[in-house]
Amino acid sequence: MSDRILGVIGLSLALFFAVSAALIQESFMTDAIGPKAFPYIISAVVALASLVFLFSPDPEPAWPAFNRLAEIGFAVAVSFLYAWVLPELGFLISTSLAAGYLSWRLGTAPLPAVAVGVGTSVGIYVVFRLILGLSLAEGPFGF
Amino acid sequence: MEILSSLGDGFAVALTWQNLALALLGCLLGTIMGALPGLGPSNGVAILIPLAFTLGLGATPSLILLTSVYYGAMYGGRISSILLNIPGDEPAMMTCLDGYPMAQQGRAGEALALSGVASFVGAFFATWGLVLLAPQLVKVALLFGPAEYFALFTLAFATLGGVASSNQAKSAFAAALGLGLAMIGVDQQTGVPRFTFGEVHLYDGIDFLVAIVGLFALSEVFVFLEHRETDPSKATEGKMTIGRIYPTWSMLKSCIPTMGRTTVLGFIAGVLPGAGASLGSFISYSVEKRLVDKEGTFGKGDPRGVAAPETGNNAAAGGALVPMLALGVPGSGTTAVLLAVLLALNITPGPLLFQNNPDVVWGLIAALFIGNVMLLALNIPMVGLFTRVLLVPPRILMPVVAMISFVGIYGISGSSFDLMVMVGFGVLGWVLRKLDVPLVPIILGVLLGNEMESNLRRALSISNGDWFALVDSWLSLTLWAIAIVGFVLPIFLGHAVRRKMKSEQEEMIGD
Repeated sequence: MSDRILGVIGLSLALFFAVSAALIQESFMTDAIGPKAFPYIISAVVALASLVFLFSPDPEPAWPAFNRLAEIGFAVAVSFLYAWVLPELGFLISTSLAAGYLSWRLGTAPLPAVAVGVGTSVGIYVVFRLILGLSLAEGPFGF
Repeated sequence: MEILSSLGDGFAVALTWQNLALALLGCLLGTIMGALPGLGPSNGVAILIPLAFTLGLGATPSLILLTSVYYGAMYGGRISSILLNIPGDEPAMMTCLDGYPMAQQGRAGEALALSGVASFVGAFFATWGLVLLAPQLVKVALLFGPAEYFALFTLAFATLGGVASSNQAKSAFAAALGLGLAMIGVDQQTGVPRFTFGEVHLYDGIDFLVAIVGLFALSEVFVFLEHRETDPSKATEGKMTIGRIYPTWSMLKSCIPTMGRTTVLGFIAGVLPGAGASLGSFISYSVEKRLVDKEGTFGKGDPRGVAAPETGNNAAAGGALVPMLALGVPGSGTTAVLLAVLLALNITPGPLLFQNNPDVVWGLIAALFIGNVMLLALNIPMVGLFTRVLLVPPRILMPVVAMISFVGIYGISGSSFDLMVMVGFGVLGWVLRKLDVPLVPIILGVLLGNEMESNLRRALSISNGDWFALVDSWLSLTLWAIAIVGFVLPIFLGHAVRRKMKSEQEEMIGD
């Protein structure tokens, strides 16, 4: 079933890609085949592969139980949130929060997880900012 | 002799204090990353590229650092195979078969030391193979025109899944996905934007580093979240005794013929498209088993069974650099990542690299020799230290990996948008892994897409739009033929090869 869904997604993707390719505005000066030909070839390959998924799917992969999926979903949300708040809160605070959260969810007890988060954050800050001089995100407090 | 003098120049480039220090750092980091389950050569190098890039290291120093990591990870993979029966990375899978039984007999130290020597032999002679073979391949490659290059790129994609690939449709799907991603951005030849949907961030295209780090490193974190409690390493942790850490001379001597044969096998497997290190170690092990296993000791802690796959996979790692450097077409996942290193540094690999940047090529090759000697020196006496690294639990390690990935990508562009794209790739990587869609063709597609397209367009501009120009020379016909055979063959053979690899593994773990 999963492969069939992938096949349907792949087919729509191929269609979408081909349509977007057709809509590319060509400039008045162009080479023999122009900017559309290669994208058409690509969407043909995607479409063919997707048809194979539809008609001869592989055995079903072992999808995790719902709570595991939710776990991954939350981790993804935290990662997006991290990317978003990083310039606002600065490197040290956002990284402590994100690393602490991940460590907690990977099985560290809550209090030690705070320590892991802060430790990771400070450790990376010391190595990359203070020793190697990389520019990390600066928040309102300058770190 | 010309080669030797070039190599001498290479040593002159590589032997500065800074480069030696970088090589040492790379070897240490690589060994640690290889040893840790979940981090292997590809994602280890992937995490470090943006860092090397943002630190403003020059081309040669960055390459030295990252290839030392690559070789180091190849060495390190064996440590957890032997001690925990968990391969640190895919090529180290076969080392479990005899390494773990040796460890159970209290000979872990000997197994580690022997595999260290075997890795050295494999990598050392494969690097010589690289020195001798790459310039010859360059001579052939100089005959290539755009049509031949287009065929060569197709060949690389067609054979990337390898003989062991079980589903070629998925490899093709992945490759096309990567190529499609490469199309995003302003068209290089006519200057029109493609697939950008008015989003200004996308005009420059998707940065391949963002894609690589997301697909390889971040998705690993999600995999760990998924399998949290089922982590088997906790049970075996720490109770292994290492024993003596120097191999006896008689044991080494008994392994010399094995190492000789498997160096050659591994190197060939590395050079050929679609094989790579995993297959190198597999072929080495099975051929040796057939040749020398008269008493049926393979799988029960035979030192030759440790030496064979380790020599094989390290020789293959060296062999895989041949097509990557000489043709600019990588044949395996890790060399694809190394190609990304070169592209990030604005160096286009391929035949012209040997002419235009001989200092880079030969400096790199010299660095491989230096790194190898360092790795041998580090790995035998300090193996106890590396085994301690295995005690770092994933619950601490994985957040660090994730955060360093973020730091690297943020360091390149300083934009939140890129971080979000990276998270997107992380999720995509996780889903595709679940569906058994290989990630390496995606990376290769993103890396080579524009180059592949521009060769196609150049070829057709020369021929005025006549598509038959693509099959107009014997050279390109040959390449197309190999591509087709390489793509079709696994459909018939793939299942058999995979089943054999699996059964040999299970045979062993079943004990």
